[in-house]
Amino acid sequence: MNKIINKIQLSDDVFQMEIEAPLIAEERKAGQFIILIVSEEFGERIPLTIAGADEEKGTITIIFQAVGDSTKELGKKTAGDYIDSLLGPLGKATHIAKYDKPIVCVGGGIGVAPLRPIVEAFKKAGNEVISIIGARNKDLLILENEIRTYSDEVIICTDDGSYGRKDLVTAPLKEICESRDPAEVVAIGPPVMMKFCALTTKPYNVKTTVSLNTIMIDGTGMCGGCRVTVGDETKFVCVDGPEFDGHLVDFDNMINRLNTYKDQEEDHNCRIGLDKKGGDR
Amino acid sequence: MEFISPEVLARNADELIKTLDPASLTPKDRRAIPLQEMPSQDPVVRRSNMQEVALGYTESQVRLEAMRCLQCKNAPCISGCPVSINIPGFIAAAAEGDFEKSIGIIKESSSLPAICGRVCPQESQCMATCTVGKAEKDVMRSVQIGRIERFVADWERENDKIQVPEVAPSTGKRVAIVGSGPSGLSAAFDLRKEGHDVTVYEAFHKNGGVTVYGIPEFRLPKNIVEIEIDTLIKMGVKIVTNFLVGKTRKLTDLLDKDGFDAVYIAAGAGLPKFMGIEGENLVGVFSANEYLTRSNLMKAYDFENSRTPIYKAKKVAIFGGGNVAMDAARTAKRIGAEEVHVVYRRTETEMPARVEEVHHAKEEGIIFDFLTNPVKILGDEKGRVKGIECLKYELGEPDDSGRRRPVAIEGSNFVIDLDACIPSLGNNANPILSNSTPDLEVNKWGNIVVDENNKTSIDRIYAGGDIVLGAATVILAMGQGRHAAKSINELLKK
Repeated sequence: MNKIINKIQLSDDVFQMEIEAPLIAEERKAGQFIILIVSEEFGERIPLTIAGADEEKGTITIIFQAVGDSTKELGKKTAGDYIDSLLGPLGKATHIAKYDKPIVCVGGGIGVAPLRPIVEAFKKAGNEVISIIGARNKDLLILENEIRTYSDEVIICTDDGSYGRKDLVTAPLKEICESRDPAEVVAIGPPVMMKFCALTTKPYNVKTTVSLNTIMIDGTGMCGGCRVTVGDETKFVCVDGPEFDGHLVDFDNMINRLNTYKDQEEDHNCRIGLDKKGGDR
Repeated sequence: MEFISPEVLARNADELIKTLDPASLTPKDRRAIPLQEMPSQDPVVRRSNMQEVALGYTESQVRLEAMRCLQCKNAPCISGCPVSINIPGFIAAAAEGDFEKSIGIIKESSSLPAICGRVCPQESQCMATCTVGKAEKDVMRSVQIGRIERFVADWERENDKIQVPEVAPSTGKRVAIVGSGPSGLSAAFDLRKEGHDVTVYEAFHKNGGVTVYGIPEFRLPKNIVEIEIDTLIKMGVKIVTNFLVGKTRKLTDLLDKDGFDAVYIAAGAGLPKFMGIEGENLVGVFSANEYLTRSNLMKAYDFENSRTPIYKAKKVAIFGGGNVAMDAARTAKRIGAEEVHVVYRRTETEMPARVEEVHHAKEEGIIFDFLTNPVKILGDEKGRVKGIECLKYELGEPDDSGRRRPVAIEGSNFVIDLDACIPSLGNNANPILSNSTPDLEVNKWGNIVVDENNKTSIDRIYAGGDIVLGAATVILAMGQGRHAAKSINELLKK
């Protein structure tokens, strides 16, 4: 049982929670994730990237979008409530080094949350950090101030132009690849965004790291549900990742795999919708 | 073999036992007693439920089966048992109907009899050396040792007779155990009995390791595992869930920072093997570990309540011939698959699965494709499995394992149409502990290297079970747990 210390609503369906987890707060590094279960009896194990930690307070911060049954249930919890299980830190940490050339950190939508500790770590290692963050519109953009704190330059993009540039994140990314010759690009966001970031940087031969959030159960290598095709190898996101070379990831296969249960979930919703006892679910 | 209803089996046993005088049975009389079949749920009914298939002997049945034992002076069965249970002793007590004495004898050597009685491969262990089986030239006709063990363990539980074993006064020494599977729990039992303070760390949210995530409810009900673990907790063993040693805490920190005097690593198997064939990452390909964990640990078979989905497929193929393959095949059937194939490179004789599981699988309508091996998984335009391309095999010369090596028949390629496949090919060693513990020596496969006392390359750290053995059984893992516990007990006496 882990206590929720506070909860902030960042946008319509995006929440930030600070949760008591002293051992994880002590061990975690940028890029790692946790798996939690809101309520154990029939609950689902959901992987979420650690968005930050306070070692002294013994807490970690997670940011999530309440889209599925389990994240919606989590979204209903408030400060003082408990979640049943929390396991971590999982996965390998981001490789952080000092480079002579700038680092570009690209975050899309909720992907800005896992990006934040990476931006911080690169900055603290003495790098010049350019961040590009994007969202569908101004209201959905999260963590702008936190990203600004550790970035030398921030470029904001929205799909509808309600804030910053009316562009996809790949547009400024391409410009920077042309003009600034970055040492590395880290891109985290929806799979399609990561796919196109990798395609954007490929012609410039810029090392591009992506962080994958695939289907998984245990998060310790045991189930293999998270496997992705990287180059001509099969890799497990939970133990080999979550970060991989974006130029080698087979994104189309990964997107298909993410949709493994999509038809079934739609069926499920239909049935619940017809069931008069279904309540608000 | 035809299905015989539990009622008929019970009635036959009740009638027969009245005609026998247990006190004056000659070996000839004993040999004349018919082998007692395990009562089980009707195959037609059970393939759509998750309840236990084998129902357990009746009292008359268990006594009759125990009377089949010749009580050999040299007790060859004991040497076949990885934890050396006094088998003739507990069987003699069962024959007399003194079940309390019988379970007491088992518990001198084994902490998890209700589990072992259900999942041990008795035919390759205690039953393999049984004189009765030898005389009948059929190991399956040996005394049904596991079924008797199961009965007395169940009798003890159902009659609230479970006794919490005595624990020696506190030694002030602390031992950490990594993993709450059979190996870790057996070690915990023996270490706690000596009076050490024992803490078990489990990565999952539930205790029991493979007995809860891997072995299905229909073969090993989870409440039985819970009750066995409950006894350990009553003895004072502490279990911490959601704790991944190597990640939540470094292995060596347990000794250096947390004040443990010794550690036993029983982390289990780890990473599921795939075959490296085309199409393995298509949608609809699941490791048996994943498929079974969804169903068992996450209760995905309970469609109404569980939030964890499980892939609903009409035609499924399992690759492999072990117990896990049988579990996956029978689970797929229960989840609702209309047609389930077990695709295995060799023949039935070479299958490593327990004979009883294969028998049950056949009764439930699982189709066995022997001497067949998939070479490619075929996908549709959405990246979903639509079939497998297979090769036919024939048996050649025996290989290193003594089994006849399967040889592919060139040009014999054919396609089976399906919508899901479940490779069940064993596991590679999990790298989490070795990656985070540079001084921990592992072999080229990543398994932890130990000496004859189960000690690793690091002082005070021991290891056993699948992380050392590669892939093994519940009882072998338990045997290693007991052996390591003995080594640790000796270390802590110093």
